[in-house]
Parts: sequence; C-alpha cells; structure tokens
Amino acid sequence: MIEIQDLHKYFGALHVLKGINLNVEKGEVLSVIGASGSGKSTLLYCINGLEPVQQGKVVVDGTDVHAKGTDINKLRQQLGMVFQQWNSFPHLTALENVALAPKIVKGKSKAEAREIAAQQLKHVGLGEKLDVYPSALSGGQQQRLAIARALAMEPEYMLFDEATSALDPELVGEVLETMRMLAEEGMTMICVTHEMGFARDVSDRVAFFHQGVMEEIGPPEQIFGTPQSEHTQKFLANVR
Amino acid sequence: MEPTVSFFSGFAPKDLLFLGEAALRTMWISVLSISIGTVLGVVFGWILYEGKWAAALTVAPILDVFRSVPLIIQLVLFYNFAPIVGLNLDPFASGVVILTIYTASLVANVARGGIEAVQPSMRRAARSLGMSYWQDLRHVVLPIGGRAVFPAWVGVALGVMKDSALVSVLGYVELLKASQILITRTQEPFLILTLAGAFYFALSYPISRYAASLERKWAQ
Repeated sequence: MIEIQDLHKYFGALHVLKGINLNVEKGEVLSVIGASGSGKSTLLYCINGLEPVQQGKVVVDGTDVHAKGTDINKLRQQLGMVFQQWNSFPHLTALENVALAPKIVKGKSKAEAREIAAQQLKHVGLGEKLDVYPSALSGGQQQRLAIARALAMEPEYMLFDEATSALDPELVGEVLETMRMLAEEGMTMICVTHEMGFARDVSDRVAFFHQGVMEEIGPPEQIFGTPQSEHTQKFLANVR
Repeated sequence: MEPTVSFFSGFAPKDLLFLGEAALRTMWISVLSISIGTVLGVVFGWILYEGKWAAALTVAPILDVFRSVPLIIQLVLFYNFAPIVGLNLDPFASGVVILTIYTASLVANVARGGIEAVQPSMRRAARSLGMSYWQDLRHVVLPIGGRAVFPAWVGVALGVMKDSALVSVLGYVELLKASQILITRTQEPFLILTLAGAFYFALSYPISRYAASLERKWAQ
C-alpha cells in the first residue's frame, strides 16, 4: 500500500504540491488527470524518491521513502516506473535492456536474467524482437520495452508518467493495450495520463489535480459523470 | 698520404631496424601515457561534471594550464626542475609523466562532454530501476557517453601519439630523435624524414581504421 500524507513539494519558490493526502491500495488502478503543471508527474517522482520532498511523507509498504537510512535503491525495485520518454538504452539489444537491472541490481545470473527478460518481452508482445536494438523499434515498441524493463524487476507497483504523450497517435493504442493488460492481471498502478478513455475504462479511481492540489478523487463514473469541483468540470469540458 | 677519414656513411638496411626500434619506443611511451592519461582524464571529467563551482575553482584552472602551455615547454621545465624537488627522473619517465598529464587535461573535457551527452531522463530511468549512482555511471553513462565522444577521444589519442615526438628534446630516442641521429650520420634528411613519417603513419592508421569500424558497428 502506498500512503501519501500531507505531501508538500517546492521547486525553489514554486510550490508544486500543496499538501497531498492519498492512499493507494494493493491491486488498485488509479489514474491521475489534470492540466500540465498541476503537479501530477512530480507526485510520481516523489513516490519513488527521484525528487526530495520538503514536508509530509510517502510510505510504501511501511517504508518511509524519504527517511534517512531508507535503502532507496532497494525500495525502487518495488516501484517500476515508465516515463514519457521511453529512454531505452541505445547500446543494448531489447533483451539486454531488460536483463541489465535484474543482473546488476538483483544479482541474478546472466542466464537467469536473460530468461526473465525474454519472458517479460514476450509478455508485452515483443517476443520477436529480443535481439533488436532500440533504434530499430518504433516509439510504441520502445515504450513497451520500457514497460518490460520495469516489470523485470518484479515490482509491486507500477508508476506511469504520461506513458503515451510522446507517441505518434497511431502508436498510442498498443501501449494503452499493454497497460490495460497489466491492470487486468491485478497490478497496482498509478497512471498520470491525458488519455481520458483509459482513465474512464480501466481505473478504479480517478484523481483530478489542479495547481498542486488534489481537488477531487473518486470512481471514474463520478469524476467523469458528476464532477463536483468547478475546475474538474472546466478541465473535462476542455479535453472532450 | 693519410686516407681521408669518413664521418658520414650512407643509409644502410640495419638503419631501418634502428628506426623500427625507435618506432616501438614511440608506441610504448604513447600507449602508456594515453592509457593512464585517459583513466585520469575520465576521473577529472567526472569531477568537472559533478564538482560544479568547487571544481571550477580547483581542477579546471590546473587542467587549463596544462592544456594551454606548449608541450615542449612543459617537458623541458619538468625535466629540469623536477630534480630540485628530489625527483630524479630519466627522459622516458619525465616524458611519460608530462604526456600523461597533458592527455588527462585534454580527455577531461572530452569526458565531461560525454557525461553531459547522456540525457538526464535516461539516468532517471536507470535509477528508477533500482540502480545505484555508480551502477548508473558504469552501465549507462559510460557506454552511452563514451560512444558519443569516442571520435573526439581518438583525435586526442592520435594527437598525443604524434606529440610524443617532443620527448626527443629530453634525449629519449624515439622515432624523431632516431631520425635526427641518422640524418646527422647519413646527411640524407629527405629519405629519413620520409621514412619516419611513414612509421608514424603506420602507427596511426590502424588506430583510425579500427576506430572507424567500431563506430560503424555502434551506429547500427
């Protein structure tokens, strides 16, 4: 379970997150929506400790992410993350991309790491591309590679930071399909997204962020059907 | 009447062997200096990248001095002043020390450029997988940044190899010094300098070719 308590985050003088309180249960799929600059992505960065926080805390399965003495590298193995930019390692084949972290971080043998990698790549539909370099893959395939790479660490949670925003429109579908598959398999997911269809169909809950505040959270029917906050209504009217 | 004593004699086949040996010495001093200098340069490059203003005030000016002062001046100064502080180094060792520092000062900026060539988002992705700072540096930044600046590094290495000719002023008999000795004896500068040039080319060319083939391999 991920517990976020009174979380404040500043970039210099800029107050990016203004007291976020949020719990995400195991098995839940939470979509986070909101305009650019509303603090959605920053929230994800704070959850896996890529950004320090100034006040409040994030607790993942009982471990305080930002506490001194927390082994952040170990904790991050529980928190797979997929970014807007897919960031495949260009010098490694698809298989090596996925096998690298299990090998060096988890200390798996080379054969074991490759087996895990091959399995995860098949899982996301890249079973035919094991020995291909990322430069020969499409954006959608590279993003699925990034998903497989995160899954190879066998995380308990997956964080998606606008995973489809940098893709050509015709490639968005295959990545959303992969995310949908993970959700159906019971993966706990926090998805920062601009894909309202995905948020509506796949999420258990949807949170709306506005200027660093979580204005509204609830089941998709409520957020999309009868939004309470004026900002949510405005935002949804604009994206439709 | 006494026969004339000849101080000069023509170029003989065994002189080729002499030049060949000297070429090996050029290669040896270059390989040693470039290898150690590259390792040091990478460390300095990392300090420049991570050190921010602290490095800008300490390491950077020192490297600037070694990059900016002509190598021949560094060699002569070091060779003649090192004994004053109790360092009695022969020409070879002095040459290695100065060429190494010179290489390091050039490689440092190449290395910093290499680290900067790796997108911050790429490094975040590596860290998000649970890699430590050092694992990210070793398995992501080094191979990706290294490839980005490899052509620049080859340029530095070939330059240092040719600049090693300057160690001849200290009396170390590498390729250029050997040529001077032979020119004095044979009075055939054109032939001998051409031969020496051919030896330098023979040392450099395989390196450029190998580098080019590596780049082609990485480009795919």
